Order: sequence, then structure tokens, then C-alpha cells
Amino acid sequence: MTDVAVDTDELRKTYVTSSGVTEAVAGLTLRVGRGELFGLLGPNGAGKTTTLGMLTTRIAPTAGTATVAGADVVGDPIAVKRAIGVVPQYNNLDRQLSALENLEFSGRYAGLAARAARKRAMELLELFNMEARAGAKINEMSGGQAQRVMIARALMRRPAILFLDEPTSGLDPQTRVNLWDVLRRMRADGQTIVLSTHYMEEAESLCDRIAIIDRGTVLACDALAALKEATLLETVLTLTYEEDADADKIVTQVRGLSGVTSAEASGPGLRVFTRAPEGVLAAVVRVSHDAGLALADVRVVRPSLETVFLNLTGREYRE
Amino acid sequence: MTAPTIAASGAFRGYAHTFTAMLARDMRVMRRELFSFLARTVLQPVLFIFVFAVVLPKIGFGGGQSFDAGARAETFSTILVPGLVASGMVMQGVFAVTTPLVMELSYTREIDDRVLSPVPVWVVAAEKIVSGAIQSLLAAAAVFLAVLFVHGPGEAPDIGFGRWPLLIAVLVLSALLTAALGLFIGTVLPPHQLSTMFAIFIVPLMMLGCVYYPWAALAPLRWLQITVLANPLVYVSEGLRGALSPAVPHMPEVVVLAVLAGATLVVGALALRTFIRRLVG
Repeated sequence: MTDVAVDTDELRKTYVTSSGVTEAVAGLTLRVGRGELFGLLGPNGAGKTTTLGMLTTRIAPTAGTATVAGADVVGDPIAVKRAIGVVPQYNNLDRQLSALENLEFSGRYAGLAARAARKRAMELLELFNMEARAGAKINEMSGGQAQRVMIARALMRRPAILFLDEPTSGLDPQTRVNLWDVLRRMRADGQTIVLSTHYMEEAESLCDRIAIIDRGTVLACDALAALKEATLLETVLTLTYEEDADADKIVTQVRGLSGVTSAEASGPGLRVFTRAPEGVLAAVVRVSHDAGLALADVRVVRPSLETVFLNLTGREYRE
Repeated sequence: MTAPTIAASGAFRGYAHTFTAMLARDMRVMRRELFSFLARTVLQPVLFIFVFAVVLPKIGFGGGQSFDAGARAETFSTILVPGLVASGMVMQGVFAVTTPLVMELSYTREIDDRVLSPVPVWVVAAEKIVSGAIQSLLAAAAVFLAVLFVHGPGEAPDIGFGRWPLLIAVLVLSALLTAALGLFIGTVLPPHQLSTMFAIFIVPLMMLGCVYYPWAALAPLRWLQITVLANPLVYVSEGLRGALSPAVPHMPEVVVLAVLAGATLVVGALALRTFIRRLVG
């Protein structure tokens, strides 16, 4: 295998339905290196699941190319399947089997002999602190337990690349943090991981590199620090006024304040980008007051993925 | 970092290994549910033969009297045994595949892990057909043993195994056909219509499948005799009659085998196509 784990070029998926044409993925290009923990970050409906579907051979691309572990997802899906482990968004464990059997059979489907599969299944259950639940039926498990069993199942195949689709959505905060530890440990062991998430904090605290995805395309793709650097480390001040206020009338004045990079009216409010938030905030509040605009809310968002997203799309990030 | 056992096996051996593992999974699940499988397979035909071949004659209703098969009269149970075995096979063969598949494709998505195995998607479908066929054969054996001994005094069915090559051919083809049919239905049927499918598809299939009478006996109802030729169960019933009770009038064996084999190929190919289309979007 080369140092490139995943490579896509103008990948596209168009759905034609009776209600019209939907471009779920609209020309997506990205590259994931071997050993990386790579995050696809975007709001719901951004095209993350469709992208992972194509990379894991479950969805046929409409156009463009993608190679995973050096194999083309369309031309050689079996080689791709041999190289990947997949943890889906929803619990798709075999309800007729116990946790142990789920791992065991998944390993056997992938080519392991029965005895070897059983041994590895036991090892993985221990690794995930699930050995006490080995005989448990899937329906008797909590969401966090099922999630761990699904990750263990994906690892049965010793995948070169592990794909996880929204691995922590629907989990309680404690379970989520535990899962992050699990992923960090695997990353430290050299496992290549590609995960999708709509949680900014998850991408921020976990991923080496992040692709910000919206409406089926990559808006930016880099390490977190570089993404922030690219947006000039700006803090975003969001001021919301009482209902009928006309924020437009002070936009020009605010733009002229020292330290303000840019400003725009947004609904009954104002969005101000700045690198000197403290002084600017006081100045903007004063200008608002002088113009007779009554403040309802002030929000300060320090340089983060959220400000990056705002900068790139002009829209608030909604998880 | 791929395990050597995975990398080393040749493509075909790899597919066969995965196929066998999937079959082993299905058999393990079936073993666990053997009692409920047998109960739901056997109860209906046993009760049917009990009511029609024992109760009704005893209380004086003519319903289940002997059938005049040309030169000599055959007992009603002789007519019923192959028919009930056929209907048991078809019913269980279809349901063994359709019911879990409908759930796996919609609510539980359990099928995904198997589809992600390093084999072409058709291997997963083929395994479903073979697993369904095994359950269909098991149903045939269970129904046969159960109904063989339920009959009125002096009304024992006249059944023989002299034509065993034909019997095996009919059983295997019928089992494959019904499982392929189950796969096709399972891939095109939305989950909420499972019970509707039973009412509007399976019930007519069973009632008009020449289970309770030989096809030749329909001669007075010519239109019906021709219409039911579209029902696959007719060929299973008639094939089993030809193999187990050849004295009863039955369709020519060549016709039965040709239709069963042809339908298995056509339905099987269709089912593989719809299956792959459902799983690779």
C-alpha cells in the first residue's frame, strides 16, 4: 500500500427522483494519508454519509473516481472491501447472534477460520472491556456497548482503513469521551481512521486533519491549526437586537471601527469579524446604543471550527 | 497488515469460505429456532389432513372422500400427502428468505456486514437462496413425516419411494425455486406490506396450487385448470405426486422438471438483479 489511504477526484453522486435532481455529493476531492485520523465535518445533509457510502463500495458514484487502499471503488470493490472496516451510523449488528458471535461470524465472512475468528473475537471484546457481555444479545445492550461491539467487529478484519460514520451521535457525553479515547489509542497504534461527524468539538479534539463539507463539496481541508490560520484567527461577534431593529443602518459605521475586519447585517442583528474582540465589542455596543438599537443578545465565538465554517459559508453552523 | 489467511486464499476459495461462513450462521440460527420452525411448518398441514381425511368422513360430510383415479380409487390421504408436502415446502422456502430479508434490508440493516465481506454481492444472494432451500427441504421432511400417519381407518396413503431419482430432482429444484422466489419478493417488498403479501399472494398460491386435488381433476373447470399453470406450487405438487404416488394422475415428469428448472433460473436471475440493485445504491 502507498502512503495514500484514500484518494478521490471530483467524486459525484446525483440522485434523480420524482421530486427532482439532488446532488448529494457534488465533485468532492480529497486525500487521506496512511496513519491519519481524518474527519469529514459538516452539517446534517452535507453529503458525508453518501461520501462514506461510495468509499466503502455501497453506493455507486455517478461520476469521478475514488481509490481506497490503492484499489478503485468501482473497478475492484472486493479489494477495497478486503482493506476496510466499517462502523455504520446505526446499529446493524446481527440481532439473532450474541456479541461474541457477531464478531466471530464477521471475521469468518472476511476469511478467517472459525477457531482464529473466535480467538480474535475474544481478544477484541477484552480490548473494549466487553468480555462480560460476550454472550449478551444485541437488544440487551446499551447504545455505547453496541457501538463498541461494532467497532470491534470492524477490527476483526484487521482493516488497513477504518471508516466510522457519525460514531458518537446519539451517545451520552461520557460514552462519547470514552469512545474518543478508544479512537485515539487506535490512532496511536498506527490505524488509519476516517470518520464523519457533525460535532465540531469532536472534529477539533480528535482529528489530525479535517475536511469541512457542505452541500456535497469540500470547502476546506487541512489541519485544524492551518484552517484557523487561513481564516486569520478571527473572532466572530454576533449581536442580536430586539425584534424590529434595523441593523443595516449601522453596518457601514461598524465597518469603519478600528480592528474590524468585516461586518454584515444578519437578520435582526450584526455579525462582526475581528482579531481584536475586546476593544471592538465595546465599540460596537456603544455604536448600537447611540443608534437606539436595543441589544437582546451578544455572542462571542473565538477562533474555532465554528468561525471557520461561518467564514466559508456565511452561515451559522447547525449541528 | 491484512491477515495472511485472507490474502493467501484464491478468489474462488475465498468466496467459498465466505459462503460457507454465512451458511453456518444461518444454520446456527435455524438450529436455535428449530422447535418453532417445526411447529409452524407442521401444525397447519397436520390439522388440515386431520379435519379433511379423518373428521369430515367420520361425521358424514363427503368432502374428503376417495378420488376416482381412473381404474381404481385412491384414498384422499394419498392425494393430500404430496400436496401438503409441496405446500409446506413452498411456504417455508419463501418465508425463510423473505421475512428476515425484509427486516435486514430496512429496519435492522443487518445485511450490511455480509455485503461488506470481500466477495461480490451476488455471493450473499446465492447464500440466501441455498439457505432458504435447505429450510424448504427440512420443511418437506417434517411435513411428510407428520402427515403420513394421520388418516382414517383403512385410508392409509399409498406412497412409495421407488422413483427416488425423480423425487430428489423435484425436491431440489422446488426448494431452489421457492427460495429464489422468496429472495425476489424480499427485495421488492416494502416491510409494511409483508402481511398484505401473505393475504393476496401466498394464500391464493396455496389454495390453487393443486395441493388438495390433482391437476387432472380440474378438467371440468377448464379455465381454472389453465389459469393455475402460472402457479409454481402446481408443478411442485404434481412433481411430488409423480414421484411419491405415481398411480394418481399427474403431469408428465418432463414438463414438471423443465418448468421447475426454467423457473428457478429465471426467478433466480431476477432475484439476484433486484438484490444487487437494493444493496449497491
